[in-house]
Amino acid sequence: MPETVPETVLELDDLTVRFRLRRGDLTAVNGVSFAIARGETFGLVGESGSGKSVTARAIMRLIPNPPGEIQRGRILFGGSNVLDKSDAEMRALRGRHIAMVFQEPMSALNPVFTVCEQISDALRTNLGLSRREARERVVELLSLVGIPSPQKRLDSYVHEFSGGMRQRVMLAMALSCNPGFLIADEPTTALDVTIQATILELITGMIERLGMSLLFITHNLGVVAHSCDKIGVMYASHMVELGEKREIFANPQHPYTVGLLNSIPRLDIQARHLTPIAGSVCNMMEPPSGCKFHPRCAHAMDVCRREVPKLKEVAPGHHAACHLHDQGAAA
Amino acid sequence: MTAQGATDDMLLEVRGLTKHFTLHGDIYSKLAGEKAQVLTAVDGIDFHIRRGETLGLVGESGCGKSTTARLVTRLIEPTAGQVRLKNEDLLAFSPRRMKETRKDIQLVFQDPYSSLNPRKTIMHILSRPMEIHGLARSWNEKRERVLHLLHRVGLSVEHIDRYPHEFSGGQRQRIAIARALSVEPELVIGDEPVSALDVSIQAQILNLFRDLQEEFGLTYLFIAHDLSVIRHISDRVAVMYVGKIVETAPASALFDKPLHPYTKALLAAVPEADPDKPPPRLTLKGEVSTPIDPPPGCRLCGRCPRELPVCAEVEPQLVDVGGGRQVACHNL
Repeated sequence: MPETVPETVLELDDLTVRFRLRRGDLTAVNGVSFAIARGETFGLVGESGSGKSVTARAIMRLIPNPPGEIQRGRILFGGSNVLDKSDAEMRALRGRHIAMVFQEPMSALNPVFTVCEQISDALRTNLGLSRREARERVVELLSLVGIPSPQKRLDSYVHEFSGGMRQRVMLAMALSCNPGFLIADEPTTALDVTIQATILELITGMIERLGMSLLFITHNLGVVAHSCDKIGVMYASHMVELGEKREIFANPQHPYTVGLLNSIPRLDIQARHLTPIAGSVCNMMEPPSGCKFHPRCAHAMDVCRREVPKLKEVAPGHHAACHLHDQGAAA
Repeated sequence: MTAQGATDDMLLEVRGLTKHFTLHGDIYSKLAGEKAQVLTAVDGIDFHIRRGETLGLVGESGCGKSTTARLVTRLIEPTAGQVRLKNEDLLAFSPRRMKETRKDIQLVFQDPYSSLNPRKTIMHILSRPMEIHGLARSWNEKRERVLHLLHRVGLSVEHIDRYPHEFSGGQRQRIAIARALSVEPELVIGDEPVSALDVSIQAQILNLFRDLQEEFGLTYLFIAHDLSVIRHISDRVAVMYVGKIVETAPASALFDKPLHPYTKALLAAVPEADPDKPPPRLTLKGEVSTPIDPPPGCRLCGRCPRELPVCAEVEPQLVDVGGGRQVACHNL
């Protein structure tokens, strides 16, 4: 891959995150590996509980320990392992180099500080700006993310903003220290469709303009179809498919991805019946043996019940974790 | 209009339905003599649903979709307007008559985690409505009917004595649907019944709605904010914006050729799961207008790309444009 992509910014290698709960151990992320190149947007897709958000939080080292624990694997950011860093080094990394936007801006922003206070906090600690410099920069940032008359909104509190405007404030905060890497965890899920459209446009526009890399986490395949270069599909803690966006949409190789794409009602044609995936997501406390998807899979074979399939290249740059792609497997 | 012969198959007819909520300010604003503000959640809407039909009601948060559902079921009382069920004035029903009528209209809510009583077994949840409406007498009869219902929604006998927390979200929504069906309703109102579910489960539940409609000849009022879900399930669609219906049309016509600027904007904003489709974009300016003391004229004023001077002064009414479509816009 290094010959096609210039520089890898983030690389996850065999990341495994486990939570020790009273009821038993839960492996939320299981041997996940992928890489994101500079300037690339990577969409991590999956349904609730698939491990997408835990993956994002692990990169930021935001997994509470206990109960969470990174069991194995490496997270290489700019060549060095995030997991080896001290707390002080992590603080220097967060915000400055990697920033994160969360799903629910109302709970991610502080209700008792004004927008200016919250954003300038980061600017003053990370960049050492004075109060006045920070204030000027906040005005710039707010207008950058499209908040009308930012001078007037500076001293407003978060509750005075609408949902879409709050998400813009979050984005302004994330961009405040010019990070090279942005993690957006379901940034538009809580928003109405028209507002989602503007926020998506804003995020992808920013990424391009500022030459940033993006890890975009969402359950909405429509959103990734328009805002990402590469896609990783997660199911029950495993990465099941990985590749270029167009390739995955045109030629999905994992039965789960195929099922997911078939489940979506279409806007352009009205089908009498949808083709859902049978059954429901497995209980993560007692996951099935072998491939986690086998109880729902129409193509399940004996080997699927025994062995966890490895992610293998099925076409150039396109990986899938399915025994159907094993050599000699009868399809 | 209700006197026409063709109204035999009319199940629900709504005219001029309006709901105002008075926003009570804090004590200081009262002392200062400020007038209480009025939020017009639903503002004189008209629609009808024929027997066996599915009307999809779509709009963004706060547009009045759920209030509409609550009004036609009389969970809240309208400020003005008419609701006619099978050609009878529902709003004039006595409490007793209303209670009987409730079995004809059943609701399925968005969140199956809060709409099922966690302390009751599935048997209790599904048999209680039958008891209330006197549909089953003996225990055996009830149990038999509950089993039949469970089977119809894709659950089985082993589930009957369990509690809601033992089920996944999709299964709970199946139970909520079974509960709605337990009293053999004619009209089922789904208030965002698939929004809380994952895509793969959502498709299962949408198929279930379809199958049950065919089997029992149900009529649906299906409320959702997801346009592709609405397109999938609906025969006709009504689009709401800030308390008003701005366009109604047969589903295929509406999605193939939206006429109202708001409908167009909604459709253009949907990210389709196909990288070759045009990317989502917003064709309106600014943000959703407020339903509090709305100005005269069109609600879309100030956001619309096709605005005329008249739009700010005169409120556009729904006009027939042929093909079973109605649009409320001055500039078609």
